[in-house]
Amino acid sequence: MTTSNSVLSQFNIQSTNEMTWNVIPLLHQIKHALQNLLDNNVSEIIDLRSIPLAPGEEDRLLELLGTGEVQARLNALGPSEITETRYSGVWLITHYNDENEIISRHIEITTMPDILLSQTQDMSIAFQQLTELLDEQNEQPAQPTDAMTTGNQV
Amino acid sequence: MNNKKNLNEQNLADSLRSQGISRRSFLKFCAATASMMALPPSMIPAIASALEQAKRPSVIWLSFQECTGCTESLTRAHTATIENLIFDSISLDYHHTLQAASGDAAEAAREEAMRENWGKYLLVVDGSIPTLDMGYSTIAGMSNLDMFLETAAGAAAIISVGTCAAFGGIPHAHPNPTGAYSVYDIIKRYGSSGTDGVSAASIKHNSAGSVADKPIITVPGCPPIPVVITGVLTHYLTFGMIPELDHLGRPKAFYGQSIHDRCYRRPFYDKGLFAETFDDEGAKKGWCLYKLGCKGPTTYNACATTKWNNGTSFPIESGHPCLGCSEPHFWDGGSFYKALSMPTEDLSKTAIYTAAGAAAVGVALGALNSSKKSTAVAEHTKTTIDDLEK
Repeated sequence: MTTSNSVLSQFNIQSTNEMTWNVIPLLHQIKHALQNLLDNNVSEIIDLRSIPLAPGEEDRLLELLGTGEVQARLNALGPSEITETRYSGVWLITHYNDENEIISRHIEITTMPDILLSQTQDMSIAFQQLTELLDEQNEQPAQPTDAMTTGNQV
Repeated sequence: MNNKKNLNEQNLADSLRSQGISRRSFLKFCAATASMMALPPSMIPAIASALEQAKRPSVIWLSFQECTGCTESLTRAHTATIENLIFDSISLDYHHTLQAASGDAAEAAREEAMRENWGKYLLVVDGSIPTLDMGYSTIAGMSNLDMFLETAAGAAAIISVGTCAAFGGIPHAHPNPTGAYSVYDIIKRYGSSGTDGVSAASIKHNSAGSVADKPIITVPGCPPIPVVITGVLTHYLTFGMIPELDHLGRPKAFYGQSIHDRCYRRPFYDKGLFAETFDDEGAKKGWCLYKLGCKGPTTYNACATTKWNNGTSFPIESGHPCLGCSEPHFWDGGSFYKALSMPTEDLSKTAIYTAAGAAAVGVALGALNSSKKSTAVAEHTKTTIDDLEK
């Protein structure tokens, strides 16, 4: 961001340091949500798209939140990035479409974002698929495997 | 045909599962949908539950006196995957620009969709409707007015997309040579009483209800923001009902707050820091554009938060005042570059207000501005080079 300030000035675009009206109030909101999570076990989601942010403010916010211990990447209707910030319990979730364009960006204050949990319906389908795989295997004539021939059994 | 019927009977969850889309992907879709519909994230579980049961509605899209900008906007919605899913989840049975069929086959598609989904389909209209001479705009030999009234008769609801359909727009601007009206005005004028030149056959009163009773959702903007168009369609798809509307029939989720109230430059307005010209120090520092004619304070739209071009920016962020394109008569409202409440008239006109105290000045200027706007609409004030150089 800082390296681009000279370029921004050439194009008559405000530098980010002068536009931080929304960052501090947002951090206060996150802090209160974290307190609520600790005291009452209540999660909260903040949709960054619903907040009027000046140029550079979102970058500034994400810079202050930083990156913590957990980073996960989904591949579901395009990629998604789920990152725990340096503040435990504060997660940044960014969903992209197939063209790698951001379609939503949320800050979740929770112990684990729901999108990471395995879903019952998906597990039911997985169970069915595993059953079919094993049925297919059972239908095939038994053949000695490498493990059996080498005696490397558990 | 049977396949089409089966598709229409499928709910969205069935449709997604048949495409091999996981539940987790569906939840991601719901998160993006909540954001797109400007609903709080806490609504995501409710959206998921409602969408699972949502049926595939038939949509008929009619384009009248328009520039195709609204369709261009819609088809450039940046959340490609999500829009694809939504449009896979509706049956877009008729759209002049997007459909492959032409001529008689195109009109047959509209009639068939109406027949099969009478009372249930969504009618989307872009463009205003001429009334002075039916020959100004016809489709397949049918006047826009006849086609609209015939199709509206069987619709569950009507969505007026773009300022032309919502308020008459540029075709309606002074001197309105084609006698163009908005969807709402046409319904008011022809929906319940005499046909006034319209063929009687086009006015139907039957199980689908009177044309005058149709719920109308207006989605103004020149053009509207793409995700606002899809957001309104998705709301209907999700909840099977129209969203909460304001006094002009606009969904409050997107048009509930003024551009000014959601503008990131609002703190400069509050501090009295304004750009006076397009290249002064204030402009370079990103100060408020109110004095350069910004219509943000009187314009209700989602530009300041949803933004344009993949959420990149919106006019004010790019250094240009809001034109107020989602408000009625924006084209006739005087110069785009004159400030809303600058007291250019004789200040004695406002004396009656200012005498009441300093706090009343805003009211006085607002009243003066309202009067100026009405005068400008009547006189069709044109923007001059002087305005641009101010």
